[in-house]
Amino acid sequence: MVNRTAPMVNAGSMADIAFLLLIFFLVSTTIETDKGINRKLPPLLDEPVIADIKERNLFRVEINQQNELLVEGELMKIDELKSAAIAFLDNGGGSANQGCDYCLGSKDPLSSENPGKAIVSLVNSRETNYQTYITVQNELMAAYNELRNRVSTKLYGVSFLTMEESLKDPNYVGSREELKERIRNVQSLYPEKLSEAEPRQ
Amino acid sequence: MNTFKNKKNQKLPEISTASLPDIVFMLLFFFMVATVMREDTLMIENRLPYADQVERLENKNLVMSIYAGKPSSRYIYVGDEAKIQLNDKFASLQEIKSFILSERAGKRDAEIPFLITALKVDKDTKMGLVGDIKKELRAVNALKINYTTRNGDVANNSQ
Repeated sequence: MVNRTAPMVNAGSMADIAFLLLIFFLVSTTIETDKGINRKLPPLLDEPVIADIKERNLFRVEINQQNELLVEGELMKIDELKSAAIAFLDNGGGSANQGCDYCLGSKDPLSSENPGKAIVSLVNSRETNYQTYITVQNELMAAYNELRNRVSTKLYGVSFLTMEESLKDPNYVGSREELKERIRNVQSLYPEKLSEAEPRQ
Repeated sequence: MNTFKNKKNQKLPEISTASLPDIVFMLLFFFMVATVMREDTLMIENRLPYADQVERLENKNLVMSIYAGKPSSRYIYVGDEAKIQLNDKFASLQEIKSFILSERAGKRDAEIPFLITALKVDKDTKMGLVGDIKKELRAVNALKINYTTRNGDVANNSQ
């Protein structure tokens, strides 16, 4: 009668409970992607601004309703777009004070004067597929990133993407201000000038 | 001497399962930490395209998501035209403005310039819809956008 020691709790079912929880989390969660291409939209203006741009400084990229890529009016495969964009941006064919001393391009008098003036114009049709559009955006970004990496490695010994990574890294040792200044400098050497017109009907 | 005495009639000891819960809990915690709960229940197909020039979205609570794509098979009764989904329901183009404004109202003033709109658009959507969404976003001055993609080679897109 006086035997009042508390009975042992059987822990054998603990594993089952934990399994149940585990399976619940396995089923109910999905690994969501949190990566993507960042873009900035132009503000909505009441009246369109007419810009005075020389034809040679304009790189026309068009994606038609059949998802075909037209660069300067000619058909092109998507995997050739990056090198074509680099050739255009890095041309540096301007005369003396309009030129670009860090460019390694062919200095073609019919292509862009300097990267600051070079504008990529992207036009798409309403019937264009979203994935084709993203592919083209990605290739154009790749062209800018490659040029920025090149000039950044030459000036500072580190690539542009590494600098951007370390700016976000909280454990980065070194001057943040200097890093920001360097990033700004590289960005100004190859500014991202991508204009997107209203889609064709 | 005693130590060597019982050697012959000793049985194989049972394997203790006492640490099994610990192992399972460890797995459980791993999955709890490594996975992100989906905030919205998707009513549309949402296979994102691939891209490799991507940046990570740093601050989760500064991201507003707009989904677009064909309605998934359960919601086929609304038609097979690509639709926009905001929060948990289908929305029309005009509702984007009020969605952005209500999202802004829930944030602190200092955070508003850093808000970013993530466009999670199915890869087979036509650009017309995406263009319309972008136009609506421009109208409410929500200019920072992010085309959310899967990380991978763009060559995967053509398949």
